[in-house]
Amino acid sequence: MTQDSQGESPVRAGWPLYEVFVRGKRGLNHVHVGSLHAADDQMAVRHARDLYTRRNEGVSIWVVRAAHIVATSPDERDPFFAPSGDKVYRHPTFYAIPDGVPHM
Amino acid sequence: MTATELATTELQRHFERTIEHDQRIEPRDWMPEGYRKTMIRQISQHAHSEIIGMQPEGHWITRAPSLRRKAILLAKVQDEAGHGLYLYSAAETLGAERTDLTDRLISGAQKYSSIFNYPALTFADVGVIGWLVDGAAICNQVPLCRSSYGPYARAMIRICKEESFHQRQGFELLLTMMRGTSAQRDMVQEATNRWWWPALMMFGPPDADSPNTAQSMAWKVKRHTNDELRQRFVDMSVPQADALGVTLPDPWLAWNAERGHYDFGELDWAEFKQVLAGNGPCNADRIAHRRAARDNGAWVREAAAAYAAKHAEGQGR
Ligand SMILES: [Fe+2]
Ligand SMILES: [Fe+2]
Repeated sequence: MTQDSQGESPVRAGWPLYEVFVRGKRGLNHVHVGSLHAADDQMAVRHARDLYTRRNEGVSIWVVRAAHIVATSPDERDPFFAPSGDKVYRHPTFYAIPDGVPHM
Repeated sequence: MTATELATTELQRHFERTIEHDQRIEPRDWMPEGYRKTMIRQISQHAHSEIIGMQPEGHWITRAPSLRRKAILLAKVQDEAGHGLYLYSAAETLGAERTDLTDRLISGAQKYSSIFNYPALTFADVGVIGWLVDGAAICNQVPLCRSSYGPYARAMIRICKEESFHQRQGFELLLTMMRGTSAQRDMVQEATNRWWWPALMMFGPPDADSPNTAQSMAWKVKRHTNDELRQRFVDMSVPQADALGVTLPDPWLAWNAERGHYDFGELDWAEFKQVLAGNGPCNADRIAHRRAARDNGAWVREAAAAYAAKHAEGQGR
């Protein structure tokens, strides 16, 4: 294969980006740990094992193409989250209970 | 002020408040272009250092003196590859392209740590690299676990957990050699002499010559100045050298009770600049090796991509 003098590779294999989620141990949720590139799903799982669980950090791995993730807008003050903003009565501390009442 | 300018000022203020409150900036947040550029540069150059850092020790894997040492060295070098990958992954969250970054390393458009342009001449150098080079890296990296950029800080937490093994295996290797023959002890001393000053240079130029430090501290992407970290490293290393029984090659090294720190000699900044400019003992070798790895691996990447495409077709996806 030929290379130009700039060191640019003429071939871009274009392996897609995968996001990786690892379950640390039984009883815990899968947690996002980072991303990697792989040619296909099976390779993504293998690379995820080699990259993110070299020291028994996981008992289960999920990988998903980054392009397939649907997310909310990045703005923390997004009106999307407004419906839960004014419902203080959903929290236990909203209710005043006399000190003497046990087990509440 | 136009409406867009007003909106930008508002975004800028929100960004600054987030940093003031010691909260993290996350990938899709608005951030000033300067911050994005600085982070891409810092993270990718850090990634390049991890990848190039595999080479000085990597050459010793086939010549390790026992199966135990070989397994340890293999695991250590594999970790460094992993560190590079965590960091490239963090850089990509800022919109950088991985192949673009690795090409910039090879073309020389981006730098990596000057330390990896020195050769590992003997197996004692492998031990000294673990002790001093990984030791200095730990000093640099622990504060970066609190970097204001979330993905970078999280990558640094993973990396720091793994670095501790790197330093300890190196120190243990040296201890073993120091309990050996006088020739082995000489090897350890000579390797220490070779690596001590380059290790101190890993913290970068003196504060007076580090114009970007103030901005980086304000953005909390840097938590201590170069000289502060260098001093911390010297103070940590002196008792370690004593425990090992080697002499650090600096006649000016002395405890200063008034400062509560060790004084040490002036670094050879001319040498530092030469190595950074590409004229260190191994700069050309390191890049040539990296370029060969990329080019020789091209057919594997292409074959895997072709297989994946064919397989996807077959499944009617
Ligand atoms: Fe590392
Ligand atoms: Fe390391």
